[in-house]
Amino acid sequence: MPNEHFVVPPHWEWYILLYFFFAGISGGAFVIGTMLRLWGNRVDAAASRLAFLISFPLLLICPILLTLDLGQPIRFWHMLVDVGSGTPAFKAYSPMSLGVWGLTLFGLFSFVMFLAAVGEGGYLRWRVLAGAGRVMSSALGIVFMVIGAIFGFFVAAYTGVLLAVSNQPVWSDTWTLGGLFLASGLSGAAASILLLSRGRRESAVSDGKLMEADRYFIILELVLIVLFLITLGGLVSKVLGGGWIILWLVVLIGTLVPLVAEWRPALRRQVPPVVLPVLVLVGVLALRAVIIFSAQA
Amino acid sequence: MAQTVGFFTDTTLCIGCKACEVACKEWNALPNNPLEFRGTYDNTGQLDHANWRHVRFVEQTTKTPDKPIAWSMMSDVCKHCANASCLEVCPTNAIIRTEFDTVFIQQDVCNGCRDCIAACPYGVIGFNSTSGTAQKCTFCYDRLQNDLKPACATACPTQSIQFGPLDELRQTAARRLDTLHQQGVSEARIYGDKEYGGLHAFFLITDKPEAYQLPSTESAVLPSRNNFPGYLTGAITAVLAAVAGLIAFRRRGETQP
Repeated sequence: MPNEHFVVPPHWEWYILLYFFFAGISGGAFVIGTMLRLWGNRVDAAASRLAFLISFPLLLICPILLTLDLGQPIRFWHMLVDVGSGTPAFKAYSPMSLGVWGLTLFGLFSFVMFLAAVGEGGYLRWRVLAGAGRVMSSALGIVFMVIGAIFGFFVAAYTGVLLAVSNQPVWSDTWTLGGLFLASGLSGAAASILLLSRGRRESAVSDGKLMEADRYFIILELVLIVLFLITLGGLVSKVLGGGWIILWLVVLIGTLVPLVAEWRPALRRQVPPVVLPVLVLVGVLALRAVIIFSAQA
Repeated sequence: MAQTVGFFTDTTLCIGCKACEVACKEWNALPNNPLEFRGTYDNTGQLDHANWRHVRFVEQTTKTPDKPIAWSMMSDVCKHCANASCLEVCPTNAIIRTEFDTVFIQQDVCNGCRDCIAACPYGVIGFNSTSGTAQKCTFCYDRLQNDLKPACATACPTQSIQFGPLDELRQTAARRLDTLHQQGVSEARIYGDKEYGGLHAFFLITDKPEAYQLPSTESAVLPSRNNFPGYLTGAITAVLAAVAGLIAFRRRGETQP
């Protein structure tokens, strides 16, 4: 039975929606890049590189969106430094505080891997970058990537926990949001890599593996959507009622159509290649939109 | 540390005059509310950045046939919870506990992230788009520092709002509750003894808490309750996603690009 609270909405709107979207894809892309490097063939290195090349630029957008959403953007640094004591402002039980530190540390890993990917791909022929590129394949590089991937998982997931750690009806009445945002972020990241690998022969060889991974991520996402709706109990009408059902239809199209199409190659060949990844990305955005906006309506 | 202070608001004494609202607005220089017809004497609507006191007009059904509906007025305010949800989530430490054990938002530290607004179960905190910060009752912190009573308690003509040391107020409330029970007002109860570790602004009410838009004792839970299950679900999903990645990306017959 959901708790009855009388909370007013915080008016987290478009900036937060876009932040959640890009953070999910950025974190997810880093994780996929690491997994391709860990478990894939040598030919998957190009797709892995593409993943790292996506992760950092998308992450760069995140602090801009977060800062713009603040009532006092110039005080964004108060998230990192306690103004009173001058010490780091860190609260382990506040997901917003933890998230800011997670984003900062993930930014470091994402930036280094971006440079290494640029070096390995030979996009810039600087000696230091070439060296960083070589480190990517070494044991040290793998350890670095795995630690970065843990932060990537965190960045993609914590946004859901941030909503849950409140007293806002819907958000605070379910334990599923962290996992749901992570699964959908991974799915969106796989779709982004697939979309950008179009026309690139060297990374397109991994498309089959990425589609298979995306299938699993979508299944995880669908299971968590069902759990999300079940855990809401009587509040389910708040997220399904009114016009919100249209966004849920977009979510379903963005999950079920790619899922079925990726399972049936004959069907997949009938749709233009960009359609399925675009549907996934629109679904990822719609999922976050319906969860963020319906609870505050 | 200075003495822990509190408000005891006895709704059975409130006449809905709104002197508390006016005194609060005057002392704290809060803006007037726009003139708006709401179809009720409650023309304040809700607590927010510009209304730190709000007199609720709660309609109650009575047992008297010729007066089937009665009003219960309640001067609502920030509860200054002992375990405050807003203070728990605030990432900048802008929300602090003062030497009087009240909860205070430092306006020069708050950056307007609005996490506290989503956390407050009483809908107390509002966002001031002019200052770009979250705002709520300060318990007249400036007056307390100068040994003055908060403006609302000073203005209240019926002693519905009482201010003083918290432990003394709790004893006063218990005596008043006994009196009301003896007079046959069996529905009377104290709200704020147990909720959120004890509210520093607590109430004597004559209906269930939800009628006054107060969460029940069972619903009075902190946001941090969702930290562990939230992260755990994320961690389990991460493990499952890693297994999915292992299956999907595992090495197959090596081919050259």
